[in-house]
Amino acid sequence: MNDNGTQTAMNARPDLLAPASDLKRRYRTDKWFQRIGLGAIALSLAFIALLFFHIVREGHSAFVRTNIMLDIDFAEKHFVKENLAAADYTALVKHALTETFPEVVDRRDKRQLFSLLSSGAAYQLREMVLANPRLIGTRQQVWLPADDDVDMLQKGKIDRDLPEENRRINDRQLSWLDTLASQGRLETQFNTAFFTGGDSREPELAGVLGAVKGTMLTLVITLMLSFPVGVAAAIYLEEFAPQNRWTDLIEVNINNLAAVPSIIFGLLGLAVFINFFGLPRSTPIVGGLVLALLTLPTIIIAGRAALKSVPPSIREAALGIGASKMQTVVHHVLPLALPGMLTGTIIGMAHALGETAPLLMIGMVAFIADVPGSIGDPAAVLPVQIYLWADSPERGFTEKTSAAIIILLAFLMTMNSLAIYLRKRFEIKW
Amino acid sequence: MLYTSLLPIILALAVASFFLGQRRAERVAQAAGGLRQLHSLPSHYGVFVALCCALPGFVVFLVWMACEEHVITAMVASGLPEALRNLPANELSLVINEIKNIAFGGFTAGGGNPAVEAAASSYLDHLHGLRNIVVAVAVVTCLLPGWWALGRIDKDLRARNLVEGMARVVLLGCATVAVLTTVGIVLSVVFEALRFFQSVSPSDFLFGLQWSPQIAMRADQVGSSGAFGAVPVFVGTFLIASIAMAVAIPVGLLSAIYLSEYAAPTLRSWAKPALEILAGIPTVVYGFFAALTVAPAIRDLGAMLGLSVASESALAAGLIMGVMIIPFVSSLSDDVIHAVPQSLRDGSLAMGATRFETIRHVVVPAALPGIVGSILLAISRAVGETMIVVMAAGLSANLSVNPLAAVTTVTVQIVTLLVGDQEFDSPKTLAAFALGLLLFFFTLILNFIALRVVRRYREHYE
Repeated sequence: MNDNGTQTAMNARPDLLAPASDLKRRYRTDKWFQRIGLGAIALSLAFIALLFFHIVREGHSAFVRTNIMLDIDFAEKHFVKENLAAADYTALVKHALTETFPEVVDRRDKRQLFSLLSSGAAYQLREMVLANPRLIGTRQQVWLPADDDVDMLQKGKIDRDLPEENRRINDRQLSWLDTLASQGRLETQFNTAFFTGGDSREPELAGVLGAVKGTMLTLVITLMLSFPVGVAAAIYLEEFAPQNRWTDLIEVNINNLAAVPSIIFGLLGLAVFINFFGLPRSTPIVGGLVLALLTLPTIIIAGRAALKSVPPSIREAALGIGASKMQTVVHHVLPLALPGMLTGTIIGMAHALGETAPLLMIGMVAFIADVPGSIGDPAAVLPVQIYLWADSPERGFTEKTSAAIIILLAFLMTMNSLAIYLRKRFEIKW
Repeated sequence: MLYTSLLPIILALAVASFFLGQRRAERVAQAAGGLRQLHSLPSHYGVFVALCCALPGFVVFLVWMACEEHVITAMVASGLPEALRNLPANELSLVINEIKNIAFGGFTAGGGNPAVEAAASSYLDHLHGLRNIVVAVAVVTCLLPGWWALGRIDKDLRARNLVEGMARVVLLGCATVAVLTTVGIVLSVVFEALRFFQSVSPSDFLFGLQWSPQIAMRADQVGSSGAFGAVPVFVGTFLIASIAMAVAIPVGLLSAIYLSEYAAPTLRSWAKPALEILAGIPTVVYGFFAALTVAPAIRDLGAMLGLSVASESALAAGLIMGVMIIPFVSSLSDDVIHAVPQSLRDGSLAMGATRFETIRHVVVPAALPGIVGSILLAISRAVGETMIVVMAAGLSANLSVNPLAAVTTVTVQIVTLLVGDQEFDSPKTLAAFALGLLLFFFTLILNFIALRVVRRYREHYE
């Protein structure tokens, strides 16, 4: 019967060297599986590309702004009072506009005409006069910010061909704008206000400086707290800790903390730092404290890995010539582990930079137009600013949001590249 | 003002005492006949004196920082006239706030109550007086131990051992911060949650089918009218998390398998960090993308197919969250698949199995515990993720498992309940802490199991 079995097998496959149909199928499955795997990676990478493309496409236009050039007559009659700051600068703007369009007399038409310019135009004139009072009595050509609707129209985000009632800019305003454009008085120019201003309710005046500075202050606090504490904790756990329950507890704790949702840290900050210790809300000091606790596990874990990679021979050599345990660590092990620790810290800081949820909990969502000066001032941070702008209904804030995201991603990329550079530069192969 | 520069003062004292201690040790050594006669290096003596000087003053400063608010508020409140002092607690806190506003901002909201004005000036007086006292106490607690330590310098003083002992204590203290953080989280969440459960029974909270905390804002109906049944919130959370995992598990796992089993080293070396970019993008960016691009696209697509899709559908938030989680699944799975011993693969391939069969019957079963661990960690991420759902998911709690409907999640509710005005005696605000408590323990259990499984698995093959 054994013979019989072999016989049938021989009959089924007369040529032993020819690949069986079954085998072909099995290899085909393998090929398909491989393609699906490649497809999965391609899908993820395509998403990254789509996201970046989308953000850049939406956001690049926020770096320019539509300005209107007007002949401003700084007539002395407007500056009769002592206080230059209290003069009626809006009247200057209105006067210049009516001069440019003398045919507009009706009150309603005038209001529409004036709405072409941003409310920030008057502030800009005030800044100019305060900086240089000799302007009074002269006539100057000044570029002033246009209203965000005009800006959107210039950038093609409001369709000119829509019926008038569906458009935020009506036909008369369009014709005025066309006149201004034909006179060379309407231009899109580089938007310096976006880099030098704080938050604003008007999209054309809103800037990221306040948020960037708030982020800097917050991150400085975070770094100053979490780096020393994290390094010290890593040294203790890796070099000194005895093997006992307490050490085990600390270790389990750190690993768990690294995976606790960030919003929980926000609750901790709210209950402990704000309600219990009475620190002021929405300030970089509280934000920095919360983010320090949040990044601590990352830094400790990275620090321990860095210490672990220092070969024991270094320690043995130091101990062998009579150094104490502490001297061994401080003089020999720590300097060798420091680049790795720094890399981990930068990655932790990059995480902290993008963190939003815990900061919402401690009240960093307030509208703050001022640029913060110290760690005790109310401040916004970049990711929260993005969240706030994303929630704003004005069309003009969409591009501002994307532009702020570009800036945030640029910061993140710089930090991560620095971490990679450090790792490459100081990596030691033992 | 001296108080604001207290830390620099302490630092300066510490530096000065370091040099004094070092100088003194050198002189002692000279008297005893050379450095060799000293027990420790002169710098050890210096550090010893500096630590003795700086630590007590620093502790005084920290203690004061922690309790300044309470002390001064208590002092000012006791100085208020009888009528104000007997107000109910929440009105009293309003008065105190008013006092602080006047004291710091110089503006008043109401029409200048003279008692409040007086209290504001006494608040400032107390503050300045006490701060001056604290500065004095801190400086004295720096100088006295410093002076004492300076006097103890002697050739037989074991300065190095003392310094190292102190440093060890400091290191241990830093390591304990992690434990303190956990304790702080548990305490803060549990306390507020307990206060919440005093007005809403736990069973109503855990099994109630209706969630509308906003109604509780109405005056005089605190706790009686708001519905705090959290089941719709949990269902919404798990719906979005399941959609996310339905994206992240297949894509992440397939990427991990491809990268560790098929990919050439060059592809692997750049595809792996490229995938990690997904984890590095801030979640607020994903949220913006989900709310402004993906959600409208899904709605339009649904309209084309004749489906009614909510503009804040669970699908949009879930899909984007899934993309965000891909690297969490893929990088951890990649690690565990990499840790499967090569001999297992070689054995299977030698038996004539194709690579796919090897993966399916040998590699994946061997790596399964680790893969499960990584998936559990990813689920805990998905459940705790906040910004994507805050921006792209709904606010109203619908009890629905339809991915096209708008649902809400635990984190969204925490954010909406706590952003804006907070009253710490209304169940509306406290409900956020009860949700936080559940979220914390749920993720804690998931993380604990996952970390255990992964660790056990690693030990198995190492």
